[in-house]
Amino acid sequence: MPEKIIESCNVKRLEILDEGGNADESLMPPLSDEQIKKMYELLVLSRAFDQRALNLQREGRLGTYASILGQEASQIGSAFALEKSDWIFPSFREMGVYITMGYPLHMLFQYWSGDERGVKCPEGLNIFPVCVPVGTQLPHAAGAAMGVKYRGDKKAVACYFGDGGTSEGDFHEGMNFAGVFKLPVVFICQNNHWAISVPREKQTASKTLAQKAFAYGFEGIQVDGNDVFAVYKAVKEALEKAKKDSGPTFIECFTYRMSDHTTADDAARYRLKEEIDNWKPKDPILRLKLFMEKKGLWNKQYQTDVENKAKEAVDEAVKMEEAIEHPEPKDMFTFTYAKLTQRQMRQMKEL
Amino acid sequence: MPKLNMVQAINLALKEEMQKDKNVVLLGEDVGKDGGVFRVSEGLLDAFGHERVIDTPLAESGIVGAAIGLALYGLKPVAEIQFMGFIYPAIDQIFSHASRIRARSRGRFTCPLVVRAPYGAGIKAPELHSESSEALFCHMSGIKVVVPSSPYNAKGLLISSIRDPDPVIFLESTKLYRSIKEDVPEGEYIIPLGKARVVREGKAVTLLAWGSMLHRTLQAIEDIDAEVIDLMTLKPFDEETILKSAKKTGRVVIVHEAPKTCGFGAELSATIAEDAMLHLKSPIMRVTGYDVVLPLPKLEDYYIPTSARIKKAIEEVMKY
Repeated sequence: MPEKIIESCNVKRLEILDEGGNADESLMPPLSDEQIKKMYELLVLSRAFDQRALNLQREGRLGTYASILGQEASQIGSAFALEKSDWIFPSFREMGVYITMGYPLHMLFQYWSGDERGVKCPEGLNIFPVCVPVGTQLPHAAGAAMGVKYRGDKKAVACYFGDGGTSEGDFHEGMNFAGVFKLPVVFICQNNHWAISVPREKQTASKTLAQKAFAYGFEGIQVDGNDVFAVYKAVKEALEKAKKDSGPTFIECFTYRMSDHTTADDAARYRLKEEIDNWKPKDPILRLKLFMEKKGLWNKQYQTDVENKAKEAVDEAVKMEEAIEHPEPKDMFTFTYAKLTQRQMRQMKEL
Repeated sequence: MPKLNMVQAINLALKEEMQKDKNVVLLGEDVGKDGGVFRVSEGLLDAFGHERVIDTPLAESGIVGAAIGLALYGLKPVAEIQFMGFIYPAIDQIFSHASRIRARSRGRFTCPLVVRAPYGAGIKAPELHSESSEALFCHMSGIKVVVPSSPYNAKGLLISSIRDPDPVIFLESTKLYRSIKEDVPEGEYIIPLGKARVVREGKAVTLLAWGSMLHRTLQAIEDIDAEVIDLMTLKPFDEETILKSAKKTGRVVIVHEAPKTCGFGAELSATIAEDAMLHLKSPIMRVTGYDVVLPLPKLEDYYIPTSARIKKAIEEVMKY
């Protein structure tokens, strides 16, 4: 009997907006001028937030912080496609997602300043607290999607993680549950090419991360993660598919971590400056600006207005955060269980 | 009133809670069509369907992680880990997430989850099928640990665990699954978490045990006026009942199946030493499994505390 091919997979890559700001009109998602401007403003705001967080950390006014620099299109583009009623399981480098969903900026500063009250998600949003253990949120996303499916809700679940996360066992288990139960979940992998000091090619011998999805029985696609239109389109379509009960999707956003891993890291120890320089022209904000300029949606005055508005919002958030009273020491007991144990009550008195 | 064994009592608790509350769903390996390897969920797939009795892929972290997601979404999942020795891959999910979600989200998200796992030695099972690692879970704030010792208690405690707003590790002794039958009423009754049970009152010595060791402890008492306490909930444990008894008798023997070092007996012993030292007439004694890797069946009986060892410890404390 001859050997035969019984399965093969093709990995698509989606690019819409190039570095020069030219968009492939045949692939453009339906976005109004107002929506495009909104996206641009969110990109600028996220970068302003990020830069301020880095500055505050240097001044000792914020704790260790994980910068999103370079990854803004992956975050804003994906979150722009989400509804407030959708459920979001982030990792720890998704401030752009929180900001796009309308999460209060001062609460994000509050979290990074070391106050858990900052990740008490406001009612009306379903964004999970920052997830520190890498990749462990994938099974939660699968489980929440099982809940969505069980109740027949018209919602989807989005789960964020990075290239490093794909090496974790929980990546496999979460992806596998999603495939087996055909769950309404979208896995958004920001391949920023570095897991602290370990490069992407040392995480996996796979040519792409997107192709991993095929082994779990659902579609994986790579998108240019610095192209806000491509990210938005892929995520939007994946969410629509999820809400039609047509199963999960894996989206690899091909992007780059321009900053150190966190403020506690020094990337110069392990990667070349040339690599960073190569990514600079691919900047997600720059190319959208060029696109908008060609469309007559951008001029210098607009830029000044957008920057000022972002600065004002960030200034206001910092002011609000710094005015928040220090948490009560008793607060650490309050949320361990629904009710304090006898022993906790005695321990509280020791404070 | 029907006489049920522990498997049947737990099955009844699951069935009644599922009938009462559509949010209760079961998931785990072989829990559906097979009814669980110990048949604890037998008949539930037929009664409630695939949507609520979910055979999952073979993935402990995935089972607990998905159960956490279900709980966050507002359901009340009961996850089964086939044997306690297989729970270790899921410990990350239990420790890093289930235990912390209420605190991390300042109460916005909670995790009303039950993880059931058969535990303990005594049924001549293969490697890692006989663990009693309860102390690992007791150390972690944010979760509760429950170990029933009889069919009646198993039903009442499981109902409480399912209704509890926080994650509960519910450990079922494989040795006890089918070895005891007792009256288990149909319909709702609750045994509150965090409360111990004085199984037998006495004045001479306090014996503390849970799960299968309770029965061994009871067998070890001959003509001694012992007070026997079944802890039932290990985290949070009933300090009041234990200290009251220790102060009354002045002598304490703690019996557990897990190894001695950092076993839950150490916590009980330290608590009694801290709060009842001046009432004690003798040192606190622990009768436990040895500090060894749990052996395969041929040596299993040498590992598990015997009635003779418990008896000896009681004699020892009675010398003072």
